[in-house]
Amino acid sequence: MKLDDLQRVAEQEVDFQRAYKHRINVCCSSGCVPFGALKVLKAFEDAVKEFGVEKECKVARTGCIGTCSVGPAVLVEPGDYLYQSVTPEKVREIVRDHIVLGLPVKEMLYQNQAYFQKQHRLVLRNAGKIDPLRIQDYISAGGYSAIAKCLATLTPQGVIYEVRTSGLRGRGGAGFSTGQKWALVARAQNSPKYIVANLDEGDPGVFANRTLAEADPHAIIEGMLIAAYAVGAAKGYIYIRSEYPLAIQTLQKAIAQAKSMSLLGENILEMGFKFDLELRFGAGAFVAGEETAILASVEGRRAMPRPRPPYPANSGLWKKPTLIQNVETLANIPLIVQNGGLWFSKLGTSKCTGTKCFSLTGQINNPGLIEVPMGITLREVVFDIGGGVPDGKKFKAVLVGGPSGGCLPDTLLELPIDYDSLTKVGAIMGSGGIVVLDEKSCMVDTAKFFTEFCVEESCGKCTPCRAGLARVKEIFDGITMGTGKMEDISTLEKSGVFIRDASLCGLGQTAPNPVLTTLRYFKGEYLQHIVEKKCEAGKCFKNEKEA
Amino acid sequence: MMSDTDNRRLLLEKVLKEHNYQENALLEILHRAQEIYGYLDKDLLMDISGSLNIPPSHVYGVATFYSYFKLRKPGEHVVTGCLGTACYVKGVEQIMQAVEEEFNIKRGGSTTDGKLSLLVTRCIGACAMAPTIVVDDEVIGKATKEIVIAKIKTVLGEIKFEA
Repeated sequence: MKLDDLQRVAEQEVDFQRAYKHRINVCCSSGCVPFGALKVLKAFEDAVKEFGVEKECKVARTGCIGTCSVGPAVLVEPGDYLYQSVTPEKVREIVRDHIVLGLPVKEMLYQNQAYFQKQHRLVLRNAGKIDPLRIQDYISAGGYSAIAKCLATLTPQGVIYEVRTSGLRGRGGAGFSTGQKWALVARAQNSPKYIVANLDEGDPGVFANRTLAEADPHAIIEGMLIAAYAVGAAKGYIYIRSEYPLAIQTLQKAIAQAKSMSLLGENILEMGFKFDLELRFGAGAFVAGEETAILASVEGRRAMPRPRPPYPANSGLWKKPTLIQNVETLANIPLIVQNGGLWFSKLGTSKCTGTKCFSLTGQINNPGLIEVPMGITLREVVFDIGGGVPDGKKFKAVLVGGPSGGCLPDTLLELPIDYDSLTKVGAIMGSGGIVVLDEKSCMVDTAKFFTEFCVEESCGKCTPCRAGLARVKEIFDGITMGTGKMEDISTLEKSGVFIRDASLCGLGQTAPNPVLTTLRYFKGEYLQHIVEKKCEAGKCFKNEKEA
Repeated sequence: MMSDTDNRRLLLEKVLKEHNYQENALLEILHRAQEIYGYLDKDLLMDISGSLNIPPSHVYGVATFYSYFKLRKPGEHVVTGCLGTACYVKGVEQIMQAVEEEFNIKRGGSTTDGKLSLLVTRCIGACAMAPTIVVDDEVIGKATKEIVIAKIKTVLGEIKFEA
C-alpha cells in the first residue's frame, strides 16, 4: 500500500459505512464477554436478518464502551443510544422498536448521563466505536494518517519537537517527559535501537491498558510507528500480560493486518521506512512494569531491576538504546502529530497536559473505565462520574495509584488529579487505579493488604524492600491480631520512610505509600486497634483460622 | 501409533527449534511448554535446560519467579479467586474462606483426590464486576459464596445445577 492508497481505503470505508442508516456496537471486551456479550452479538446479527434490516443496520463487534458495571453494553448510532445489561432475550425488542420503528427502548437505556459529561475521551477516542478486528475501521476514523504525515512531511526532529511541545508525560506512572525521553534515545549513538511498549498492567484493580488494546489496538501500533520513526528504531516489542488473552488475540490480529497492508515491515507505505513488531508475554510479576525489569524479562530472564545509570535510553535491550513507553502514552501520539503539540498542550493543566484513563472501582455506584482531563478533582471523579458510595453509606477514603498508591481522606477530595499534586499528598498517579472505600472499610486492614501484595511481589534483590516490607507486614499482623504496641506506630513510620528512601526501584520506593498515608490521615484507627483492640469495620482481631 | 507423551515432546522440540535454541527465548519456551504439558514439572525443566544448554538453576529460577508458571499438576477442575484490590474491597476473601472450608482445600493446593484446585490471581481485570471467581473457564461476577459453592459442586458433579 502506498501513501495515496491510505486515503482511498479511508474514503471507501466511509462510503461503505454511510450505506447503513444504523450501527449497533456491541461491547465485546473482557468486561462484557463473561456476561454474555458474544451471545448478544449473535442475537443482534440474527435479529436484523429476521426483521430484514441487515442492509440498513450494521452490527459491529467493538471494544469497551466504558460502562463496565452494567454490561453487556450496546451503543446504537446515530444518536449514541446506550443500552445497558442487554441479554439475548431483549435483543429482538431493541431491533424491532429502535431500528425498525425508530423508537428507542427507553427503559433499557443507560440513564446516568453524568457518567460521560465530565469525561474527555482522547486515548479512548475509538473505544466502543470501531471494530478493533478491522483495520479499515481504524483507517476510516483517521487512523494511520499521522504516521503518513510524519513520513511525508516531518523529519524525526520535527516529530520530537511536536511531542515536546505537547508536554505529554509518561502514563506508566512516573510521569517523565515523553519528548525528552525520545530526544535522549534519538541522540544515542549505538545501534540498532529498540522500542518496548509496556502493557504489563500488573496493578490489581487496573484494566485501562487492557481495554485500550482490546478496543483500539492500531492506535498503539501507530504510536509505536511514529516513535520508531522519531528515534530511529527498526524493531519493537509489546510486552503484554499473559492473563489478557483477548487483548493478546486482538493485537496479534492487528499486527497481521498492518503487515498485510505494508503498515509494518520492510518498506512502510513505500516510503523506505522499516519497522517490525513482535509481542512478548509477561508471566505475572508486578515488578516487571519497572523499566529495567521489563528489559530483563524481554531478554528471557527474571524480571529484576538493576541500578540506573546507565539508562535504557543508552543501554537497554541487549545493551542497545531502547525507548520504553506505556501503551497509553503511545496512543496519544497519533493525535499529537495530527493536531500539533500546541493543541495538546492546552488540554489538562499547564504542567500536566492531556487526559488520563482511570479504572474506577471499589465501593462506588458506577465503576468502569473513565478518561478525564488532568486537573479534574477527586470529588468530580468519585461523586460526579462515579455517582458516590452505594447503599447510603458514607465515603471514607479513596485509593489512588494501585497497591503502592496512597489512601486519601475526604478532606482531600478537592485535590486536582495530576502527577505533582498526588505526589505532594503521598499518593502516586501509578497506572491509574482509583478504588473507593466506604465507612465499613478498615484502613489498617487495607494498608496490610497492600503491604502483603508488595511483600509477595518484591523481587528480593535489595534488602530494604525484601526484608523491610516483610518486617512491616509482621507489625501489621501484630496490630490486627491484638498484640500491637504503641511503639509500632513510630516503627512503621520510620521503616516506611527508610524503605522509600533506600530501595533500588520504584516498587520499593512506593510500596510504603499505603502505610504512610493511612498513618498520616487515619492515625486514629491505628490507635483504636492498638489501645482499644477494636476494629470498627469488624475486619481485624479474628483468630488465625478465620483470618 | 505414537503415544501422547511422545507427541508432546515433538511439539516441544518444534518450539525449541522455532526459537533456535536461544537462551533469550526461555520465557517464550516456558509459556509454550506449559501450554503443551499443562504444567512444568522437574523433568520438563531439566529437559529444557539441557536443550538450551543453560544451567537448571537458571531455568528453575525463571520458572519460579513468575507466578503464571505452574510447577505442580493442577486438579481436574480449577477454581481461581481474584485477589485484586477491587475484589478484595468487595469481600472476595470471605468467599475464598468459605470455599476452603467447604471443600477442605487450601489456596494454592488441590484436594487429595486431585479433583479440585484452588488458586488465586492478582486481578483478572473484570473489576467493575467485583468480586469475581473463575470456575474452570467461567467467570462469575458479583459473586457470593452460595453461588460459587453451588457452581463448584455442579462442575464436580455433586449436584445437578438448577437455574
